[in-house]
Order: sequence, then C-alpha cells, then structure tokens
Amino acid sequence: MIEIDKISKLYDGVAAVDEVSMTVDTATITVIVGTSGSGKTTLLRMINRLVEPTSGEVRINGKSTHSVSKTDLRRRIGYAIQGHGLFPHYTVARNIAIVPTLLGWSSEKIDDRVDELLSLFALEPDQYRDRFPAELSGGQLQRVGVARALASRPDLLLMDEPFGALDPIIRAQAQIDLRRIQQTLGSTIMLVTHDMEEAMQLGDRVAVMDQGRLVQYGTPAEIIQNPATEFVANMVGGVDRSLRLLSLFPVSEFVEDGSAEGESVEANTSLRDALSICLWTGRDALPVVQDGSLLGRVTLDAIRKRAAIS
Amino acid sequence: MKKNAIKWSTIVRVLLVVLLISLVVMPTWFSWAFQPFAPEKGPIIYERASLLSLSLSHLGLVALASIVATLVAVSLAILVTRPLGTAFLPLSRTITNMGQTFPPVAVLALAVPALGFGTGPTLVALFLYGLLPIFENAITGFSTLPPATMEAARGLGLSRWQRLIRVEIPLALPVILTGVRLSVVIALGTATIGSTVAAKTLGEVIIAGLLTNNTAYVLQGGLIVGLFAVLIYDALVQLEGLLLARYSISND
Ligand SMILES: Nc1ncnc2c1ncn2[C@@H]1O[C@H](COP(=O)(O)OP(=O)(O)O)[C@@H](O)[C@H]1O
Ligand SMILES: [Mg+2]
Repeated sequence: MIEIDKISKLYDGVAAVDEVSMTVDTATITVIVGTSGSGKTTLLRMINRLVEPTSGEVRINGKSTHSVSKTDLRRRIGYAIQGHGLFPHYTVARNIAIVPTLLGWSSEKIDDRVDELLSLFALEPDQYRDRFPAELSGGQLQRVGVARALASRPDLLLMDEPFGALDPIIRAQAQIDLRRIQQTLGSTIMLVTHDMEEAMQLGDRVAVMDQGRLVQYGTPAEIIQNPATEFVANMVGGVDRSLRLLSLFPVSEFVEDGSAEGESVEANTSLRDALSICLWTGRDALPVVQDGSLLGRVTLDAIRKRAAIS
Repeated sequence: MKKNAIKWSTIVRVLLVVLLISLVVMPTWFSWAFQPFAPEKGPIIYERASLLSLSLSHLGLVALASIVATLVAVSLAILVTRPLGTAFLPLSRTITNMGQTFPPVAVLALAVPALGFGTGPTLVALFLYGLLPIFENAITGFSTLPPATMEAARGLGLSRWQRLIRVEIPLALPVILTGVRLSVVIALGTATIGSTVAAKTLGEVIIAGLLTNNTAYVLQGGLIVGLFAVLIYDALVQLEGLLLARYSISND
C-alpha cells in the first residue's frame, strides 16, 4: 500500500503540488490525470524522491520513503518514462539488467529474469537480447523500458506518460499489454497521463489533478457519473460521457437468461461495442458466448439503463 | 562498390604505413628520391641522429602531453558540467583559451627560463595547446547527453558516480575523442618547434635542413611528421567510428 500524506512542492513560493493525499492499494493501477502543468510529474517524482517534497510524506507499506537512502529507494521502485530513456550503449539485456546488477544479483539469476521479461513482453529472447536500442522500433523500445522498470520486482512501478511517444495503434496495444502484465505479476502501478481516455481504460482508480490539487479520486465509473468539479466534468467530456461509461463494463456483467437472434458477441465485449452492434444491426438483444458456449443475452434496455447518468 | 571502397582505403593505409616505417628505419633506401633536393656533394640523408630515435622521442612527447592534456581537460569538463561547477565554466574557458592564444614559440620562450632547455618547455607548450580542443569537445559531450537517458539513470537508482562512469563518460566518449584527435594532430606539428629549444624531435631534421639549405632534410622531416599525422588521425577516426557503431548511437 502506498500512502501519500499531505504532500506539497513549492517552486518560488508557488505550489506545483498542493497538499495532495491519497492511498493506493497494492496490485492495482492508479492513473494520475490532468492537463499539462497540473503537477502530475512533480507528484510522481516526489514518490521516488527525484523531487524532494517541500512538506508531507510518502509511505510505502508503512515505511517512510525518507527512512532509506535515495538510491536504495529508487532501486525498489520501478521507473518508466516517455521516450523510454534506455542506455544507448547497452544491449537490451544489459538495459533490463541495470537494477538487478546494482542490487548484486548473480549473473544466472539476472539472465533468467531478462529472458522471462522479454518473453512476457513478446520479444523473443534469442532474437532481442543482444540488440542495441538503435536496432528496435518505437513500440519495442517502450516495452524494453517497462521491462527494465520491472526487472527487480519492485514494490511499485511509476510511469510518466509511458505511451506518449507511440502512435495510436501501438499505443492501444501497449495499454492492453500493460493491463495483462500487471495482472500476471500483480504489480502496483502509478501512471501519469494527460489523456482521460487512457486513464479511464487503464485505471482501477483515477486521480484527477488541477493546478496542483487533487480534485477527485475514484473509480472511472464514479468519476464519469459524479464529476466533482466543472473541470472534471469537462475532462470526462460532455456528450461522450455515457459512451465512456459504457466502455468500462463488459457485457458479461449484464447477461440475462433468454435467447436472441443473430451473430453473438464475446463475454468480454464492452457495453459500448455491444450498443454499437445493436444499433448497426437493428437488434434489441445480442447472444453472449464465452469459450464457445452460450451464456445468455444482453439487451439494449440493460445497456440503456447502465448508460443513464443520474 | 562499398566493399571495393573499403578495400582500397585499406591498401592505401598499409602502403602508407610501410612507407613510413621504411623511411624511419631504413632512410638510405630513399637516397635516390631525396638526391635531387640535396646540395651538390652534400649529405642526402640526415645522420646526426637516427630518424628512428627522433621519431620515437617525437611521438613520446606528443603522447605524454596529449595524455596529460586529456586527463586535465576531461576532469575540468566533468567538474564544470556538475551543478555545483557551472559557476566555474567561464573561468575555465578563459584559462584554456589562453593556452591557445599564446603562439607556441612564445610559450617556449617563456618556459625556457623556468624549465631550462630540452623536453620540459616543449611538453608544457604541447600540453597547453592540447587542452582547448579536448576541453571544448568534452563540455559539448557532457552537456548534450540524451535527457531521457539521464533521467532514467537517476530514476533507476544509479549514484552520481555510477552515472558518470557508466553513462556520461561512455556516451560523451566519441565527442571527446574528436577533441583528442584534433589536439594530437596539432601537437604532432607543434612538437617540431620544440627542437629550437633542444628537445629531441623530428623538427631537428627540418631545422638542420633550413640552416644548411638542404631541402632533402626538410623533406625527410616534413614527410615523416606528415605521415605520422595522417595515419594517427586516421586511426583515431576509425576508433571513433568503432565506438559509435558499438554503441549504436544513431542520432536520427
Ligand atoms: N524544477 C522546476 N522548477 C520550477 N518550476 C517547476 C519545476 N518543475 C515543475 N515546475 C512547475 O510546476 C508545475 C507542474 O509541473 P509538472 O509537474 O511538470 O506538470 P505536469 O506533469 O502535470 O505537466 C508547472 O507549472 C511547472 O512549470
Ligand atoms: Mg508531466
């Protein structure tokens, strides 16, 4: 568990981060979202003490981040940034091995870990281990950057706009991969983005920042349904809100008994996509299947009910 | 095409090395070539000291001065590119610039009273001349490191020292080497003047030629110094290329 306790950072008397408090549960993704200059990066960098807070404290599993040296702290916290920041003079394997090497792992243990991570990120170890960063594509560089941040099984992974430099298709894939890997490893992740769409899609919880202050902290659904301020409402977008909300839920949660005509949808399809299919094919209900067997149906009525923002 | 080009340059390189070694070790083989430039009945090949020992001492002086200049210039560049050292950047620039604005002869003239004749003043002059190109390049190298890489190095938990040794120096090295190369070539030429204060360098051959109106001497000395300069320059270019390829740093 990560506890951020009334943390502030002043630059020349102006608060870049203003008394932010929040608690992050283990094995979840928390997304910090806000416009440019709202203090997201500063907040994130205070957690691994790349920026020293003016006041306040951060505790990781109950221990203050000031109870260990900066370098020890950082070696226990993964850090992945926009533009990956790989060492251009190190091979992929050596890049991933940086923190384990600093921690004095044996070379067999390091080699095993490097191969394990490369496989996890869908990079064939034999093919990629000995390449230099200049020999990788943008998406591959980004994956190696995240693999490096996870190498020593950190208590926490901090990511600052990690997908910012990727084009939309690779970016979408990277988000899906991050979700999958986070679930496989049970990692605790804090991710910064200015993209509300990304925040909604990735976050178990979303923290919205405005001018250095934390204005709302909750699940994506809570934020869409009950935006705390005008600013949050604008960020989640006026007319799109209901569609955004629908994209958060899979049809499996709304399956009811009964039959429906026509082509079926998978259980993990989002309500938003199901709605789109209903409208496109002119149906009032869709059959839902999972692993090839019929679960039931999802109706347009059920979808409509979920979309209504009270 | 590309393959052919590589082959040709290798052949030229080997030929030049062979020519240089023979000139230095067996100068008499080339009497026929220098004869037309020697005074009638005068000596053709310089024999007051062996060309080999002059070359070795010439190269030794250049190497020693360049190594010391590299160590000092790079250390200075490291200091002034730290957050605490930036205040000293203008001062250190002025000092290294001064090394260059003095003509070499003036440095020699000033150094002789302090250090006596011979190697000492020459080393000082070569050292001072070598500082600036290395310092300027090292400053460039250390202040143009990729920001994301430096941020990551800090965020991953490398200490200051580890960042310097493992990231900053290796990444700045190709640019630093460019400075070293310039400075070595300047030193190879400047060292010839050292013989005016009795340092043992190839300049001795050239000056003897000038004093006795023996163009053959001037050519021998000049040719050897020139070949050394070309070949060493080329070797350092190759080394930089190797480093860049090895690091695969492509700034596109
Ligand atoms: N080192 C610094 N010195 C002075 N001001 C800073 C510094 N870092 C950030 N700021 C200011 O703090 C505010 C928040 O910056 P930042 O945390 O980078 O925002 P974000 O990541 O949300 O875009 C900005 O107004 C920025 O100008
Ligand atoms: Mg930022």
